[in-house]
Amino acid sequence: MSAVITEHDDHHHEAPSPWSIKRWLSTTNHKDIGTLYLWFALLMFFVGGFMALIIRAELFQPGLNLVDPHFFNQMTAMHALVMIFGAVMPAFVGLANWMVPMMIGAPDMALPRLNNWSFWILPFAFTLLLLTLFLPGGAPAAGWTLYPPLSLQTGAAFPFLILSIHLLGISSILGAINIIATIFNLRAPGMSLMKMPLFVWTWLITAYLVIAVMPVLAGAITMLLTDKFFATSFFSATGGGDPVLYQHIFWFFGHPEVYILILPAFGIISTIIPTFARKPLFGYSSMVYATASIAFLSFIVWAHHMFTVGMPLAGQLFFMFSTMLIAVPTGVKVFNWVATMWRGAMTFETPMLFAIAFVVLFTIGGFSGVMLALAPADIQYHDSYFVVAHFHYVLVPGAVFAIIAGVYYWLPKWTGHMYDERLGKWHFWLSAIFVNVLFFPQHFVGLAGMPRRIPDYSLQFANFNAISTVGAFGYGIAQLIFLWLVIKCIRGGKPATQEVWEGSRGLEWTVPSPAPHHTFQTAPEVK
Amino acid sequence: MATAAPDQYYVPHHTYWPLITSAGMFGAALGGGIYLNGVGGGLILMLVGIAIIIGAAAGWFAEVIHESEHGYYNAQVDRSFRQGMLWFIFSEVMFFAAFFGALFYARVLSIPWLGGEGTGVTTYEFLHQGFQAAWPTHGPAELGGAFETIGAWGIPALNTSILLASGVTITFAHWALKQERRGALIGWMWATIILGAIFLGFQSYEYVHAWRDLNLTLGSGIYGSTFYMLTGFHGFHVTLGVIMLLVITLRCMKGHFTPKSHFGWEAVAWYWHFVDVVWLILFVFVYWI
Repeated sequence: MSAVITEHDDHHHEAPSPWSIKRWLSTTNHKDIGTLYLWFALLMFFVGGFMALIIRAELFQPGLNLVDPHFFNQMTAMHALVMIFGAVMPAFVGLANWMVPMMIGAPDMALPRLNNWSFWILPFAFTLLLLTLFLPGGAPAAGWTLYPPLSLQTGAAFPFLILSIHLLGISSILGAINIIATIFNLRAPGMSLMKMPLFVWTWLITAYLVIAVMPVLAGAITMLLTDKFFATSFFSATGGGDPVLYQHIFWFFGHPEVYILILPAFGIISTIIPTFARKPLFGYSSMVYATASIAFLSFIVWAHHMFTVGMPLAGQLFFMFSTMLIAVPTGVKVFNWVATMWRGAMTFETPMLFAIAFVVLFTIGGFSGVMLALAPADIQYHDSYFVVAHFHYVLVPGAVFAIIAGVYYWLPKWTGHMYDERLGKWHFWLSAIFVNVLFFPQHFVGLAGMPRRIPDYSLQFANFNAISTVGAFGYGIAQLIFLWLVIKCIRGGKPATQEVWEGSRGLEWTVPSPAPHHTFQTAPEVK
Repeated sequence: MATAAPDQYYVPHHTYWPLITSAGMFGAALGGGIYLNGVGGGLILMLVGIAIIIGAAAGWFAEVIHESEHGYYNAQVDRSFRQGMLWFIFSEVMFFAAFFGALFYARVLSIPWLGGEGTGVTTYEFLHQGFQAAWPTHGPAELGGAFETIGAWGIPALNTSILLASGVTITFAHWALKQERRGALIGWMWATIILGAIFLGFQSYEYVHAWRDLNLTLGSGIYGSTFYMLTGFHGFHVTLGVIMLLVITLRCMKGHFTPKSHFGWEAVAWYWHFVDVVWLILFVFVYWI
């Protein structure tokens, strides 16, 4: 049998040159594909960040100062699409690609060619989406939620928008299928489910969310496409349809989607905190059950995004209470993180700093979420800057901080070099301070009634908006330190040991740093 | 320098098919968008993109089939493929769920509201007075003009029995495959393909009849929208299923698959049962009640 298999002699244990284009285009290696995902996510993080800075620059002072209002709306819609589908999701998939096979003792991802495909769809999809900026009528400007009838008024960009989201959905689904197959089928002997690292657990559950809801988004936007071009009337009351139907279908996708953006972050934080507290994670199994509960609840809370559309009272009550239930498993998680740190021998390297900031700042976003869950109160908060402050708290010092923490944590394992701790601290403190300068004042203007997605505002909101804009530019510039630090770390630095961190636990720390191109071709034994 | 002894997990090295497929998808999406915007050349670009996707899929599958037939894959690789296909079908289920959700929402909630039920009473008074909440409907504006619907007990019932029969024939084929009776296997496979093709023929006839004679079009309000969207996507999936059946039948005729190892065959059979089950739900909720 092995005689026939010898024809694949292009197999090397050493990674091919990083400057080989062939390597990146045709790779099936999980580490290479992870690297591609992470660089792509970083690029999109800066593209989306640049759009955010245009938004904040316009809002620095009241009045229409810099950009045309229509262009402003394009920026809000595109910023969200780029950050969600281009930055945060690919960053998590990149981390999963790098770490999941190493954490479970697998030789690679289960379906390596499919893995390459999941990645390479992304650059094409974003080319298509970003091209719309140059079309007559400009890019999509109806918000990332694409509510009809407004989104149906999009100009030439419309079909490109829909088709690019279809491509992104296909990429996410294929990636999620691959992760599920990898985790179920490629675990090393002895790695039972309840021994898996939490990052693996959270990604497993996230992958199920992805395959359950991305197709629903595909269905929703397909109906938009046919309403626009093929005379259907799914979302038009004149034909017996209902624009609110779109919102239901969209948020059936949209709410699990926000957990797709945060559950892997929980996994990263649950990995980092025990390392630097030098204690095992407090309540491992409760973390697993809490993650699964959050995932389950995410399917029955969607209409809390739509309290003002005129739902029956029973619906409002159901969605209000089911939403508030999510605070319970989330509270379990926050408690466990704090309990892990309790009486730990803590040190404060950059990954730990970001992780602690995550716990504090994500919790603020969680609390404002509970406020928004209250149907009667939400009628005041709805579509105000309070909502913007809420979801940016869970997404920026939440998801993005966790990704950055994960990058700092694993960068020595990837590159074989320690990153520059001093630069890392600068990056952390500037990010942590400016992110609050940026988003905290938005709570106040929101509660005072400033609507979101508006290029101009009443004079009373001027001071807080000016502060917020200063925070945005400070935060944006601080991220350039991160870019510089990563490049510096790849090019050289103090050699990293196999364990990298004193308190690190798990299979990924049993291989050399940098991790060899192929790890665990023979499965390790897990006791 | 063996990369995968049968006791090792086979990890392929280097492939350009995914990149080519992605480029084809880009071409198809770009061309499709241009075409929908009514600009010339879009249709050609879209067709070129689709041709690239089909070509790359063929090349990609050929590579996988080659590896499979040459014993690169051990039982663990086989399980990965199985899980991949299983969850792919699950994602397809959720895709259909969105359209079924739209149908149920319209029938159970939004149409009664349009007719003045519940909190919809004021809107009804001012906007849609005289609208009778009923199913089928083309809405208060009576979009697309008067239309008739397809009865459940004509062609749709016939199509139901055809698809159910095809589920039986493919199971006979599976038994034959497991007992290494090639002749019977190939015969039952062709029977399944023919049943699938008859289904599609009837469905096409029904579409022409509905569109031309019954004035039931995509523009016939929410009824036409849900009817064509659900049956259309189902028909598209049946078409894909028939193509997949053709491919594995040709592979059966070339002597591929063994009684123990035939994941590629089973994946298609699963897919075929999936389109069958979707049809049953469709038959009940779109045609019957």
